[in-house]
Amino acid sequence: MNDDSKYIEIHGVEQRFKTTKGSFLALQGVNLNVAKGEFVTLIGHSGCGKSTLLNLIAGLTTPTEGVLLCANREIKGPGPERAVVFQNHSLLPWLTCFENVYLAVERVFAATENKTQLRARTDAALALVGLTPAAQKRPGEISGGMKQRVGIARALSMEPKVLLMDEPFGALDALTRAKLQDELLAIVQKTQSTVVMVTHDVDEAVLLSDRIVMLTNGPAATIGEVLKVDIARPRNRVELAEDPVYVHARKAVIDFLYTRQAHVEKVAA
Amino acid sequence: MVSAVFHSPMDASLPGPRAGEGRGEGVPRAEAAPHPTPLPRVEREKKQRSPIDLRAFWMRVLPPLAGFGLLVLIWELIAMKSTTGFPSPLVTWQQALTVFSDPFYSKGPNDQGVGWNVLSSLQRVAMGFGLAAAVGIPAGFAIGRFEFLARMFNPLIGLLRPVSPLAWLPIGLLVFKGANPAAIWTIFICSIWPMVINTAVGVQRVPSDYMNVAKVLNLSEWKIFTKILFPAVLPYMLTGVRLAVGTAWLVIVAAEMLTGGVGIGFWVWDEWNNLNVANIIIAIFVIGIVGLVLEFALIKLATAFTFEEVKS
Repeated sequence: MNDDSKYIEIHGVEQRFKTTKGSFLALQGVNLNVAKGEFVTLIGHSGCGKSTLLNLIAGLTTPTEGVLLCANREIKGPGPERAVVFQNHSLLPWLTCFENVYLAVERVFAATENKTQLRARTDAALALVGLTPAAQKRPGEISGGMKQRVGIARALSMEPKVLLMDEPFGALDALTRAKLQDELLAIVQKTQSTVVMVTHDVDEAVLLSDRIVMLTNGPAATIGEVLKVDIARPRNRVELAEDPVYVHARKAVIDFLYTRQAHVEKVAA
Repeated sequence: MVSAVFHSPMDASLPGPRAGEGRGEGVPRAEAAPHPTPLPRVEREKKQRSPIDLRAFWMRVLPPLAGFGLLVLIWELIAMKSTTGFPSPLVTWQQALTVFSDPFYSKGPNDQGVGWNVLSSLQRVAMGFGLAAAVGIPAGFAIGRFEFLARMFNPLIGLLRPVSPLAWLPIGLLVFKGANPAAIWTIFICSIWPMVINTAVGVQRVPSDYMNVAKVLNLSEWKIFTKILFPAVLPYMLTGVRLAVGTAWLVIVAAEMLTGGVGIGFWVWDEWNNLNVANIIIAIFVIGIVGLVLEFALIKLATAFTFEEVKS
């Protein structure tokens, strides 16, 4: 079995939630493989279970049916080898940026490295996202974009096998978002990370991904279509705007989301 | 626009209306005009600002002064009408001067200075409150963290919390066979509830995002407690502490009236037996001021440890 092409394996996953009105089927029959070093985005309308699927890969929830594997081992719970960048950054407000990252570094590397090395790792992670000057500031003192960068630094500092991102740029303004997307592109290029990212932004998906996984509308959402984005890296946002492959991919995703999977409200009602 | 507003007092003093002028013309004129006479403008601004500051100053000082004035006035009226020797504010003030001239004298167990009385009361409060914190805060964490414990203890807390503190005093006297431990016990039992409840609520309200971080990092229980749970709960806990200290200070006076010994509550009762009403009034002020200081100190402590909530 070739390990690298099936780094994350999702087999027949189904997820039900218990609600006050009874059980709610969020995901059904999800099958997906993610190769090592691949950048995959999950896209779909709100409530289609993108985040649910990401939480399953993170191990924050366990599926009611099916199985998830990471590096040939079953995902039984969350762990630092699958780092998560949360939508709302989830930094601890009483720790400085440095301490927030250090907490993660310490958890993963304290057993094998001394304090100087741990600090160096933390500094390197903050430098990677360009936040060295803000290291001693608390999250309350920095902007939303900077907080999100600290969240990314925290996730990357653990040298995770997989980087999971739940709409990491969703709460940011368009300009900051574009800047962070470019930074993420450069970082992933450098670290060769395996990334699974949830988004609802078509441009973001096409710009960043190797493959775009499009989910159908919930309830009982499943993978509707998988689109391979065959654009060489490094990618440049400005040049891509007129690239025929980019335009075609963008069109395909929009077509899926707004033509075939439109009318979310009608389906929900 | 800004300059037009800024120069309006100046413009008003200039002869002729300016409203008809074009905006493009008006702005450079307005900027050019002050140059020959910069000094008067600065002076005028000063003059304008100082009465506003003065008004704000009076707004802060005058109402509290008026409040105290009203209190003294009513007090004076009651003292004038009184036939039972209710002391006037002036008499009380003079008595206060003698009482506070030597607050730390000691003539046997039943006659000590007001300073000693306050300190012994504070000592009892500190003991009872300290014990309550030592038991109540960990209990609150446990109740908040584990639903089983919450369901187990919530009915008990609901039952015992509304009981008047003084109802616990006989139990204390029976069990501890002494006035002082009984008073401390009473403080303990009445100040433990706010700390248990607030800490538990704080733990239950730790944002799930933070706990997700803990899960993803797979932090140890100790790290979760020191880095996430404790800092997140601290503001709630300090609110509990503040309520508890307030209650403790309320209760100590009543408890000491019943148990005797040295203490501000006992002092009140003793002065009532002596029919020294002026000293009772002094004691009331002392109790109020000490309570105010405790409250203020704890509010300062709480704000120092409250962090900005995560907004987005």
